[in-house]
Amino acid sequence: MNFKGYRRTDGRAGIRNHILILPCSLCASETARFIASQVPGAVYIPNQGGCAMAVADLEITLKVLSGFAANPNVFGTVVVGNTCENVQASLLCERIRALTNKPLESVVIRDAGGTIKAAQIGVEYATKMSIEASKCKKEDIDFSEIIFATECGGSDPTSGLASNPTLGYVSDKIVALGGISILSETSELVGTEDILAPRCVNEEVAKKLLKIIKDNEDYFTLHGESLRDGNPSVGNKQGGITTLEEKSLGCIHKAGTAPITEVYGYGEQIDKNKKGLVVMDTPGQDIASIAAMVAGGAQIVVFTTGRGTPTGNGIVPVIKITGNNEKYALMKDNIDFDASGIIGGTAAIDEKGEELFKLVTEVINGEKSKAEALGFNDMSMARKCNFC
Amino acid sequence: MYNCLVINEKDTVATVIAPVKAGEEISYAINGKENKIIASEDIPKFHKTALCDIKKGDIVIKYGCKIGYALCDIKKGGYVHTQNLDSKMN
Repeated sequence: MNFKGYRRTDGRAGIRNHILILPCSLCASETARFIASQVPGAVYIPNQGGCAMAVADLEITLKVLSGFAANPNVFGTVVVGNTCENVQASLLCERIRALTNKPLESVVIRDAGGTIKAAQIGVEYATKMSIEASKCKKEDIDFSEIIFATECGGSDPTSGLASNPTLGYVSDKIVALGGISILSETSELVGTEDILAPRCVNEEVAKKLLKIIKDNEDYFTLHGESLRDGNPSVGNKQGGITTLEEKSLGCIHKAGTAPITEVYGYGEQIDKNKKGLVVMDTPGQDIASIAAMVAGGAQIVVFTTGRGTPTGNGIVPVIKITGNNEKYALMKDNIDFDASGIIGGTAAIDEKGEELFKLVTEVINGEKSKAEALGFNDMSMARKCNFC
Repeated sequence: MYNCLVINEKDTVATVIAPVKAGEEISYAINGKENKIIASEDIPKFHKTALCDIKKGDIVIKYGCKIGYALCDIKKGGYVHTQNLDSKMN
């Protein structure tokens, strides 16, 4: 089975053709937004980090930002630096170059003489890239090159009963077609260890999986906090989810039934040769979780919700689905797919799964998801420490 | 038409798919076999009811797995949520 995509110079396959305006730090973010606003179709990533950070957080930031530039949905990137931040433009460009040979330019605000002069340079770079990007022709690409990200947020009991099993059906299909599907949100794997560890392809992968789950909860304990005091959220509880274990057991349905072939760190590059279902160590905060999977190379996200959420991403399309008929009716502006027939007994999981797979292939081939049509571009990044 | 969904035959709690008032019937199927219990409390849509009497300290089961411990005795047909179920045994 094929999809229509863009073959990049680094060999990867994209389903969108973005010009990325990438600020090194929060101090460069507004100038980056200013540049992007002058170039139709350019995507700007609001970056709240990049400076005053511990080495571990600097590494997370570099991984995520360079991963964004390397994401195959991106044609080329203009890096925007301020001057004094920890994520120096030259360092970020070096990290991007280690991942991809795609078009890359950079501008540093103080070196250029301020925002307006930097913007002039940035707009010139981005405009040239935009013309080059428009020359890219879509070609037939095998489905095995899809890296599919699964996410759930604002879960309620319908998530575990309907939307997550529907997404799990699609995840299994992606894996059967030779692609890669990512299960994320380590906080929401707590309580599922006995189910997931035996699904790992070997003991080494199982050990990695159990370690990230344990480390996740230990991290909160280390700071005198409890993961379970903040998760499930207020909205999860209002919807009827009581404990983290209950939430987790519903969440993992979105990963279908395939064996787990690898476990990746936050924002780590997904190995395109390691096919099947993989796990990425991300927090339960949806936006930060999606950011990591996009940095890892995912071209598309399917996001299940019970309470309703508007989330979108600037680099990859996010398709949202719900099993809650009331929330679908309330948030049709934002939610793409209604799986509530499964709860009402009017539809089977495989039936809804086939319908969702059809929508996924249409979006892969260029149809816009609702968050994409709204131009939504949520951004958050996980971090270890407070600002220095 | 049932008003409650049981995920796994081992489950001691299940999800009502319509609001249920105290005294009303809760109906569900396990392996195609119909069962009925009476709600002892009001239960909001998509929240949980106890399918059997649950003793304080008992493991509460949904998806065939442990989702926490009962903080007090819970009657069959009772409303199960944060007031009587927690991750940790208190």
